[in-house]
Amino acid sequence: MNILVCISSVPDTTSKINFTENDSKFDENGIQFVINPYDEFGLTKAVMLKEQNGAKVTAIIVGESSVEPVIRKALAIGADQAVRINMKPLDSFSTAKEISNYVSENPFDLIIAGKESSDYNGGAVPGIIADMLNIPFVNACNGLEIEGNEVTLNREIDGGIEKIKASLPIIIGGQKGLVEESELRIPNMRGIMTARSKPLNIVEANNPMTMSKSIQFEKPAAKGECKMVSSDNIDQLVNMLQNEAKVI
Amino acid sequence: MKQDLFQAPDYFLMDELLSDEHKLIRDAARDWVKRDVSPIIEEACQNAIFPKQILSGLADVGAFGPYIPTKYGGAGLDHISYGLIMQELERGDSGVRSTASVQSSLVMYPIYEYGNEEQRLKYLPKLATGEMMGCFGLTEPNHGSNPGGMTTNIKDMGDHYILNGAKMWISNSPFADVAVVWAKNDAGRIKGVIVEREMEGFTTPETHNKWSLRASATGELVFDNVKIPKENILEGKDGLGAPLGCLDSARYGIAWGAIGAAMDCYDTALRYSKERIQFGKPIAAFQLQQKKLAEMITEITKAQLLTWRLGVLKNEGRATTAQISMCKRNNVEMALNITREARQILGAMGITGDYSIMRHMMNLESVITYEGTHDIHLLITGLDITGESAFK
Ligand SMILES: Cc1cc2nc3c(=O)[nH]c(=O)nc-3n(C[C@H](O)[C@H](O)[C@H](O)COP(=O)(O)OP(=O)(O)OC[C@H]3O[C@@H](n4cnc5c(N)ncnc54)[C@H](O)[C@@H]3O)c2cc1C
Repeated sequence: MNILVCISSVPDTTSKINFTENDSKFDENGIQFVINPYDEFGLTKAVMLKEQNGAKVTAIIVGESSVEPVIRKALAIGADQAVRINMKPLDSFSTAKEISNYVSENPFDLIIAGKESSDYNGGAVPGIIADMLNIPFVNACNGLEIEGNEVTLNREIDGGIEKIKASLPIIIGGQKGLVEESELRIPNMRGIMTARSKPLNIVEANNPMTMSKSIQFEKPAAKGECKMVSSDNIDQLVNMLQNEAKVI
Repeated sequence: MKQDLFQAPDYFLMDELLSDEHKLIRDAARDWVKRDVSPIIEEACQNAIFPKQILSGLADVGAFGPYIPTKYGGAGLDHISYGLIMQELERGDSGVRSTASVQSSLVMYPIYEYGNEEQRLKYLPKLATGEMMGCFGLTEPNHGSNPGGMTTNIKDMGDHYILNGAKMWISNSPFADVAVVWAKNDAGRIKGVIVEREMEGFTTPETHNKWSLRASATGELVFDNVKIPKENILEGKDGLGAPLGCLDSARYGIAWGAIGAAMDCYDTALRYSKERIQFGKPIAAFQLQQKKLAEMITEITKAQLLTWRLGVLKNEGRATTAQISMCKRNNVEMALNITREARQILGAMGITGDYSIMRHMMNLESVITYEGTHDIHLLITGLDITGESAFK
């Protein structure tokens, strides 16, 4: 089985977020980039499937050379080969288009993306790929089993879980539950060393065409001061919620 | 212990001086320490138990002989990688770093550098996986800073040697499978001897009641007419220079490690100072606390630069013993000072095992003494710049 894992390189969750150029660009200075956490669940699941049933795992990333450390880590964790599409990922459409172009020439049985990336939280790339390749798409998966050509998926829905059956090829948007946090892998030295000789193919972007553009970013307003209300003064609380906060 | 929220300070963007692979190796060690060391280390220290369960993890992150060639089970990495791994381990605990330092620099290094091919193939691959653990016996009850005066000795019996004597303060000794022991031969020349656990007349009593490096096992090595096969002698080098060569490598790792301990204390104190409110303000807003924190990050940054440069020189084969001494001495003192300042920032909380600071502080009292005391390193610098020895 051929598995493709889509990886995006995102700022570490503890990063301090700032913008430059009139708040139109994310300030990358001093930021540490990591594998998008949702993709890491998918990557780990792919490596586990490979260990259980045998599979070839390819990790793909759309980005300039600065994202290579992230894809190297994917190789160290256990992907067999990596592909970097050489283009700055400007929007979901162009990113999805480039990945789809690659997949139409190099078919895969299973494509695992994250349900969203933790930087811009667009959550659109796997859906657009599905449309472009005309294959089924199941988002927000927190469980995946494969038997022969059949896939059983658990999908998180409001207040419960939906069980879905589908057949390969398919693309999913994954999240925690595909594997648990405790199952995530830290690359070991053997993995880091073998990653050196695993292929990392650089593919030039075909036709980077964007459909949308970020104009400006705004940070959330700073948290206001916390007002304490004594527990035996419910009336005051109701009054404040009604007249000051105007939420009820 | 509280959840490990460590965030490494990098005030001068030192990461830009590292390769992608350096960062991958360091981050793997950092993640592993967070996951497997931080949750268990406080209890291990409180109970003075060496956490054997982390040995395979130490091997996985490449802590055992990272710069030993792959042919012998090492990772064939450069010295900056080795340093970064030691930094991350000591960020967790100096005892964990000590175990790795001894295995890498004091056991694998001499077997690799001074051993023959048979010895290398027999021991190194097993030492690299942690299947076999080693220790290093140089210090004796009456010879610490002056190891050249050692009395442990080997007598040539024709087809074998007989080893007699005792070593003290030996890290890993209580559970080590092999010991690299330094002893004088009939001519008074210091030789390296590989002693194996099951050899008759060899015992390793544990040293108890330490208030430092409690998660690292320390003990004696006692040799009572131990029969040593001739093939267990390290023939590649003899004289005091042989064990001192190992110490160069270990001290280099300690220089990096001490930065790890300092970074952990700084990070804890910085976070605490922003959260702890007194007089209606976070204590981080008071000048006296800022002075402590600002000086800490300044000292850490200076040490990071010094040590990175030492790493580059080591990779080029140009780092001198005196440079390594200066760096070890500077960094350990820097770290120890930071633990003391950081502890005060945490007030009473700083003395509890809920935070790592006091553990680091107590650990560093060993680190500033072993592998050459603080004084001795100063004298090494003194000798280097004046040409006059003030040791004897
Ligand atoms: C936890 C721990 C683990 C250790 N692990 C190992 C190990 O694995 N293997 C090993 O071989 N050893 C090990 N050691 C021993 C360590 O290397 C020695 O303790 C160290 O070399 C100092 O020797 P000493 O304790 O005998 O002190 P001494 O040499 O007696 O020194 C006492 C004091 O006198 C000072 N002093 C000594 N000579 C001079 C001088 N010429 N001029 C000025 N001042 C001087 C010293 O600086 C020190 O302040 C370990 C020690 C500890 C605490």
